[in-house]
Amino acid sequence: MAQVQTNEPARIFNMYKKMLLIRAFEEAAAENFHAGNVRGSVHQYIGEEAIAVGICENLRNDDLLTSYHRGHGHSIAKGADPRAMMLELFGRVGGTSGGKGGSMHIADFSVGMLGANGVIADGCTISVGAAQAIKLLKQDKIIVNFIGDGGINRGPFMEALNWAKVYELPVLFVCENNQIAATTTTKTVTAGDGIEARAKSYGIPAITIDGNDLLLVDRTAARIVDEIRAGSGPQLIQAMTYRLKGHYAHDEALYRNPSEVESALKNEPMPRTETWLKDQGVSIEEIEKAKDEAKKLMANYVSDAHEAPWPDISDAFTDVQDVGSPAEGTNL
Amino acid sequence: MTKMTYAEAARLALKEEMERDSTVWALGEDLGFEGGMGGQYKDLQAEFGIDRIVDTPISEATIMGAAIGAALAGTRPIAELRFSDFAMCAVDELVNQAAKARYMFGGQARVPMIARMPIGIRGGIAAQHSQSPEAWYTHVPGLVVVTPATPADNRGLLKAAIRCDDPVVYMEHKGLWGTEGEVEENDSHPIPLGIARKVVTGNDLTIVTWSAMVDIVEKAALSLADEGISVEVIDLRTLWPWDRDSVFSSVKKTGRLMVVHEAVQVGGFGAEITSEVSEHLFSMLKAPVKRMGGARIPIPFSIPLEAAYMISKEQIINKSKSFFS
Repeated sequence: MAQVQTNEPARIFNMYKKMLLIRAFEEAAAENFHAGNVRGSVHQYIGEEAIAVGICENLRNDDLLTSYHRGHGHSIAKGADPRAMMLELFGRVGGTSGGKGGSMHIADFSVGMLGANGVIADGCTISVGAAQAIKLLKQDKIIVNFIGDGGINRGPFMEALNWAKVYELPVLFVCENNQIAATTTTKTVTAGDGIEARAKSYGIPAITIDGNDLLLVDRTAARIVDEIRAGSGPQLIQAMTYRLKGHYAHDEALYRNPSEVESALKNEPMPRTETWLKDQGVSIEEIEKAKDEAKKLMANYVSDAHEAPWPDISDAFTDVQDVGSPAEGTNL
Repeated sequence: MTKMTYAEAARLALKEEMERDSTVWALGEDLGFEGGMGGQYKDLQAEFGIDRIVDTPISEATIMGAAIGAALAGTRPIAELRFSDFAMCAVDELVNQAAKARYMFGGQARVPMIARMPIGIRGGIAAQHSQSPEAWYTHVPGLVVVTPATPADNRGLLKAAIRCDDPVVYMEHKGLWGTEGEVEENDSHPIPLGIARKVVTGNDLTIVTWSAMVDIVEKAALSLADEGISVEVIDLRTLWPWDRDSVFSSVKKTGRLMVVHEAVQVGGFGAEITSEVSEHLFSMLKAPVKRMGGARIPIPFSIPLEAAYMISKEQIINKSKSFFS
């Protein structure tokens, strides 16, 4: 639904609380990764929270969303249950995917979250198809496709841009430009004038904004989501940000200049949002209380995850397919 | 009974299913004016509109990826890839996304889509338009693999594939598009996936085959019958799941098995079938199992070279006889 752009402190404070929840989730995820409780890969969204929250604030529950490997923030922002997500990271019963997907395949279809994705830019093609379904079914939903800056050099991204414009589909591409593709500075491997120029070359309206400015993301999304829902065709937002942690939890990010990180810390979205809230009269106590609550909540989820049962082995053989499904314990 | 071609039978199935279910739609290159490579979509765009028979850019990854997204979002898309060779541009989407979404999302999602990608030699289209990679997809959990051999099957199996909630790799054979056969137009039932068809009944040797080789094997079986060798011919119809029960019960009867396919023999699906039979029915076999598949060479262009790749009726007859010599 379109938000009334009054930037009322209460609404922003709620969004800030969601950002806190994402940050607490990511910190708990990394902590438990290092403790050996969470296996595989954990790609933290720390430093980018304002984008997911600012965009999703302007979506309806039945709007759709696709994400990439750094998908925890998008899921929480879209309304997925962070407790179920934590259980999923622990590989337990009660996880969003029953422990079959883990961090990189977080999904919650009940809130339109069609999945994080382990393959860069594959969400782009899935999104344009979902948008085609929306059109065919004469629904008034839209789909948001989150992609990182590293993804813009894959063919499926460029194919999907062309496709979305050709059929004037209700897709909002949001490129979260954190400037580093895994460990490589994106600029050094990207020709041309970047993501915004690429989108515009297909005739897709595109805008670059400060993705660490929650109010700006919210305001921009409110306008663009309305336009897309009204039939504008696809649009793209490039949200500039900075990944405060490594590519994944076990990446110490030694490839970057410490001074770069230092200045990024001054620009990160949490204190900026806090400053705004304080200026609006929200007390330090209220803010500290919200921080504590997010941490406590997450501690509870982690303890729930520890206690949740492991999946039964028989679960390994379910939900493969209807026709020709595997018989448990056999190689067929 | 009506006589129609294999491609016309596909068109009939598409039309019937699109009429039956408004969420069925197709996307691919050249479906409108051209009507698809074999005419399977002929005039369907005029009937169902450009939103249900969608002409797409040459973007295989997105044809496949969009079908997945559209399936996740409540429709039943049919992705037309024109050639199984071109579909290789979209193997990532098919294997990493379509085949896995249901599982890795813990059953939250279904991907009811079809990836149509014809296989096989049509004559003179050489190395990048003639391959038969059906075995690749049998190796991927989550996928169903269908290889129809007759017009009636191409109608009935395509209908079943469209109604299936799993992603189906649907592989017509390009060389069969123009072949005619009887189709019972009034019987619009789908043919269940995973059930083989007994083409010829026999007692001495079981030959399992599929796709365009069915017709050649059938002819070989008739010639062998004249020479006193009774061959049972089984058209698998679907490779995953493959009809193990039908194959096993036939081999139990004949005690001899040969698998014939156009695809390269090495690593072909014949290896899976012969290996399963050897493993489970060894004591009932009267002779070692045999396989016949294409040579491990790219499909050549020139007539005699292409013929050198193909498996002929004579070769099948000779190899069949070798069971008894």
